[in-house]
Amino acid sequence: MCSQPVELQPNLFSTSSGQHENWGESNMAESSSRMDTSTDLDPDDKNHKFDAQSAGVGVSDSSDKSKEKTSTLRRLAQNREAARKSRLRKKAYVQQLENSRLKLTQLEQELQRARQQGVFISNSGDQSHVRSANGELAFDAEYARWTEEQNKLINELRTAVNSHASDPELRTLVDNVTAHFNDVFRLKTNASKADVFHILSGMWKTPAERCFMWLGGFRPSELLKLLANQLEPLTEQQLTGIYNLRESSQQAEDALSQGMDALQQSLAETLANGTSGPEGSSGNVANYMGQMAMAMGKLGTLDGFLRQADNLREQTLQQMHRVLTTRQSARGLLLIHDYFSRLRALSSLWLARPRE
Amino acid sequence: MEIVREVARKNAAVIFTKSWCCMCHSMKALLYELGASPAVYELDQHVNGTQMEWGLRALGCCPVVPVVFIGGTLVGSAEDIISLHVDGSLKHMLINAKAIWL
Repeated sequence: MCSQPVELQPNLFSTSSGQHENWGESNMAESSSRMDTSTDLDPDDKNHKFDAQSAGVGVSDSSDKSKEKTSTLRRLAQNREAARKSRLRKKAYVQQLENSRLKLTQLEQELQRARQQGVFISNSGDQSHVRSANGELAFDAEYARWTEEQNKLINELRTAVNSHASDPELRTLVDNVTAHFNDVFRLKTNASKADVFHILSGMWKTPAERCFMWLGGFRPSELLKLLANQLEPLTEQQLTGIYNLRESSQQAEDALSQGMDALQQSLAETLANGTSGPEGSSGNVANYMGQMAMAMGKLGTLDGFLRQADNLREQTLQQMHRVLTTRQSARGLLLIHDYFSRLRALSSLWLARPRE
Repeated sequence: MEIVREVARKNAAVIFTKSWCCMCHSMKALLYELGASPAVYELDQHVNGTQMEWGLRALGCCPVVPVVFIGGTLVGSAEDIISLHVDGSLKHMLINAKAIWL
């Protein structure tokens, strides 16, 4: 009785045709019809074993056995070949995986960098959280760009003033700076529609600016007080004009502040109006939801106040230009810019001060 | 619309508000500061409030409060009031309509 080493093979080489399919895209067709070998066994050992077996077997019936032996040898060779190819494919696949992993790490780093620079990239995960965080970053980035552009325009204006440029030239530059100021008001309006608290809290400003700000920005009347002292000489008419403007601005600021106080008080009353009934009763829940709905409505009016504060700033600057000559306006804008520059520098110095 | 025009005609200065509207509070405060005593119509409290609100919307007022009329003329919303106040026009309008006296 002759053993059939070839038929033993399926048991010994338990593959992995499933495994094999995973290793490569184009390899499936090639190997499915073949009996594949696992890579775990040393092919040489196997073949020696089988050669020995087949040698031990095919002794008596020479012609039949020699035909069997040939086909056995051929199949062994085919198996070796299959095993070799399988090993190569596995190696290629692992290499591919390694490359993909590296690429993935690189992409993650790029994504992180882009997000930090304020590029909005949506996540498949928590959309709302990421969107608002990116909204803040987006505004902060836009504001940084605006500041850079503002510095450039101011430097142009400064050069022109120092070189005693003509009035028409100055006028153009003054108008450029003023128009650019209006750009930031627009930016803030859009940003506050998305996230009013970010603008109101002034987190996009330096700490010293934030401390002394009013309704999301500078207080126009204070700015005018600053200028009146530095812009001398002013004519009687101009002094009156500046004084009246300061007074008007002060009145409007007070009115808006009173409205904000009323809003805060109203909100506090809404939130404080709890019932003293038993916990968890349906009346309480309905009450709570009603309270929250009302409070939400009130919060919704916050961005209106920001809008009017910026409107006041815009109108005040515009009126200031009407009262002053072109040259005075130019100097005024430079003074305003320098004041805020110093305030920002103060913030940096303060933050960097040595502490005990 | 008629009821709104009636109200505007009868008063030197009128402000339409809603009781919970804090911007209305601000604009009232500004007018008082200037020495005016505008007639205040709270749309959510007044018996003809709904009619008046329709009238204001028909005139294109958005937001519908606060809205100010001086001397029978529509001045506008908070944005308009602040703009006119800054350049001094608001005070002149109030004086002309005899809503304030110097």
